[in-house]
Amino acid sequence: MSQPVTNTTARADVIIVGGGIMGAATAFFARQRGLSVILLERDLVGQYASGTNFGNVRRQGRFLPQLPLANRSRALWGDLPRLIGENVEFLPSGHVRVAFKAEDSARLEQYAQDCKPYGLELELYNGCKAVERFPMLAPDVDCASFSPLDGHANPRLAAPAFGRAARRAGATVQERAEVSNITRTAEDFVVETADGLRFTAPLLQISSGAWGQKMAAAFGENLPLTPKAPQMGVTEPVPYRIHPVIGYASWVEEEGVYLRQVERGNIVFGGGLRSTVDLNTKRAQLNPLNLVRQMPHLERILPDFARLRIIRTWSGIEGYTDDDLPVMGPSARVPGLYYAFGFCGHGFQLGPGVGATMADLLATGKTEIPLEPFSIARFAAPVDP
Amino acid sequence: MKGLFRRVSETQRSPITITVNGQPVTALEGDTILTALLLAGAQLRLNEFDQKPRAGFCLMGACQDCRVWTESGDELRACSTPATPGLRIVTAEVPWTSQ
Amino acid sequence: MDKPVVIVVGAGPAGTRAAQTLAQAGLRPIVLDENRQQGGQIYRRQPENFIRPASKLYGASARAATALHKAFADLLPRIDYRPETLAWGVVDQQVLVEHNQRVDAISYDALIIATGATDRIMPCPGWTLPGVFTLGGAQIALKAQACAVGAAPVFMGTGPLLYLVAWQYLKAGIKPRAVLDTSTLKTRLKGLRGLRHRPAILAQGVRYMAELMRAGVALHAGIQPVRIEERDDEGGLRVRGVTWRNSRGQLRHTVGDAVGMGYGLRSETQLADLLKCDFAFDPISRQWLPVTDVDGATSQHGVYTAGDGAGIRGADGAESAGALAALRCLADLGFSVSPQEVARLRKALEPMTAFREGLETGFPWPWRNAASLPDETVICRCENVTAGDIRRAAGSLDAPELNRAKAFVRVGMGRCQGRMCGLAGAEVLAAARKMPIEQAGRIRSAAPIKPLPAKIRGIMT
Repeated sequence: MSQPVTNTTARADVIIVGGGIMGAATAFFARQRGLSVILLERDLVGQYASGTNFGNVRRQGRFLPQLPLANRSRALWGDLPRLIGENVEFLPSGHVRVAFKAEDSARLEQYAQDCKPYGLELELYNGCKAVERFPMLAPDVDCASFSPLDGHANPRLAAPAFGRAARRAGATVQERAEVSNITRTAEDFVVETADGLRFTAPLLQISSGAWGQKMAAAFGENLPLTPKAPQMGVTEPVPYRIHPVIGYASWVEEEGVYLRQVERGNIVFGGGLRSTVDLNTKRAQLNPLNLVRQMPHLERILPDFARLRIIRTWSGIEGYTDDDLPVMGPSARVPGLYYAFGFCGHGFQLGPGVGATMADLLATGKTEIPLEPFSIARFAAPVDP
Repeated sequence: MKGLFRRVSETQRSPITITVNGQPVTALEGDTILTALLLAGAQLRLNEFDQKPRAGFCLMGACQDCRVWTESGDELRACSTPATPGLRIVTAEVPWTSQ
Repeated sequence: MDKPVVIVVGAGPAGTRAAQTLAQAGLRPIVLDENRQQGGQIYRRQPENFIRPASKLYGASARAATALHKAFADLLPRIDYRPETLAWGVVDQQVLVEHNQRVDAISYDALIIATGATDRIMPCPGWTLPGVFTLGGAQIALKAQACAVGAAPVFMGTGPLLYLVAWQYLKAGIKPRAVLDTSTLKTRLKGLRGLRHRPAILAQGVRYMAELMRAGVALHAGIQPVRIEERDDEGGLRVRGVTWRNSRGQLRHTVGDAVGMGYGLRSETQLADLLKCDFAFDPISRQWLPVTDVDGATSQHGVYTAGDGAGIRGADGAESAGALAALRCLADLGFSVSPQEVARLRKALEPMTAFREGLETGFPWPWRNAASLPDETVICRCENVTAGDIRRAAGSLDAPELNRAKAFVRVGMGRCQGRMCGLAGAEVLAAARKMPIEQAGRIRSAAPIKPLPAKIRGIMT
């Protein structure tokens, strides 16, 4: 952004490495808690997974123990224009998951029961009721699970808006600052950039997405993390008639497509097969044939999709752990070190909540949001007897 | 309604009729849809965002600003699609889910 | 061993000569072309039931056009020609194509990109009105449809096409109301150093100008477009005329019912971009172009560019470049090629390159106009993004380059993928941030390079 740090060493309460939505939101909320913040982003804030994802603000279907975090995040999404002073096109127009097979419907029904104790209320529509409620759906939908308070937002805007809000709140947001080295002295982390800048702080947060694995490994914490590239696309604009986000509930990977219509009229879609990524060149090896493979499944959930034209596709670079859960919370080895990365393609909705929760941790060392399932300790090699 | 285009020659061709938004439009065999529409009127479509008329721009398939639709919803690039007898097109809005 | 598969994308002058050269070496190239008929834009054919002779259609280039059409007809039995086929993406040494909503993936050993160019556009207020077309578009209406874009057209922009199209309209019986050229007599004199490398073409341009003047068509140099005026009658919004400033800064108005506009050409480079070919900023044309050697070999093994798609050298330059790229491709595939022929083609291209520099100097892209466009001027006509939107991206949203501005305010995000607005959008952004234009970058290409029906089905599904 516009006023980069040029002096050789800057110090703050916390350094955040990685300016995706996790890092940018943490920077913002940490400032709200009065911490001084330096956010270092290798390229531009929100340029990778945070800016290229589907834009789902979805809670239903999540790992149940993640719902408290998702609920907190949902509340923050609803408060966003006021909170950060910018509109990121959050539209709480609902989210519907549709199933065509009895076993997938059974999973939807089970989930609707299981998520109730977490305060998530879903509406279930079976058979013809589904099409009565959502007439745009295919007539043979077996079950539709509707989460009325979920929705979608514009990922191209959200993380940069948090970054700007953090800066307005007094954070140092350093873009095009690639971290080349991190060391730890008795009291501080020392973070150096490729351009020769040097930053120190007693607290450090790693939120560098698919690149988080390498940074955690530098602190002796290894985890399996595979970078993958989702297949995203968008249609030409058409009259705005599809209000809820629609997702295909299927355990067949290729069928797992989803779509949302933005108010301007374009339909954004994604899902299905992912492509491989080269982390060094920062480029996804996007296979456009996956786009062709998406089409019948998109038409399956929304028959009128077949009337439209695809005008653009893209991808991003996402980090996937082996258990499909993120790494979030304190380091298991290094005091003062915190992680928030590896959100496995479902981090966008969580972004504001992650930011607020990490700010809890950075400011007070604790949070009311349960984070045990996301601890990096779960990947630690068993200790030799 | 006065068209934008003017024929300068090649008027010996056979007339054909297409249907545009339910109204018959006469053209000559070999005309593109764009030619047929801009001889008969002054627009092809409305821009989605300001609802102002557009009448194509590049005529070579690059600008994508001359798209019209068949009544059944197939999109046609008017500058590069011939008008054929009996073709029925709509220009106001893509035929798309009414719900 | 099977013969190598070479795909040629585009069947204009470059693509045709490339395919011919490959066929002569015994290969059976696959020629993909989006158009219904071979010829490209410059030698675009009229529909079969039109009767005008080539001399009427192509004027001074009639012989070249006819020769190219005939060469292609002779070639048909020896090539795999796929008209109305869009090459929309690439993956793993395959070109992805669409034809009639069917998708196919075609493997290749080598690929020659001959995708041509479109008009380079500097927007001005009113340029999205019905009745405003590119110069190329105005010419196509005449050439391929025997129609004028209006009864009283104004031609505005710069470059030789401006005078050629105005002259063609005059000959067709439609007298242009004015030719408004942003280049000055001074820059044209400067350009002469390069332009004199092709004296015949230079003479032709002078002749067009003279004939236009003799017919009473006003030719204005050094103008600045102010706005294309509208009127709303006779059944819809349309052009009423053009307001402009003369070289002394005085406001002038020309009444007309149509505008043909264009400021030279911009290359179609999407496929080279999808193939991850290296690009470099070309300061002469202020465009990012694929990096190639003199023969058209790109940074990617087995990928070549030829014709206006690799930098503007005109139709005959494209023919030579097509043949040369094909020879280079053959040599790389292990065929023996005639060094004399390679040398001859390289030599033939030399004056074209100098001529191109002369054109860019003599009829420069009026990039400075971008800075003074009113905020409400539409830049991206697909998404209706204005100069003010781009300036907001440059300012309060802090976008340092064009793709970031695209992410924030949607410039270049629409159906045409920035073909019409990309260059001007970069200029508006660079001016707003007071940075050199090369720092504004270029809009990244993405598959599908043109809209693709969601109905597509193909081998993969």
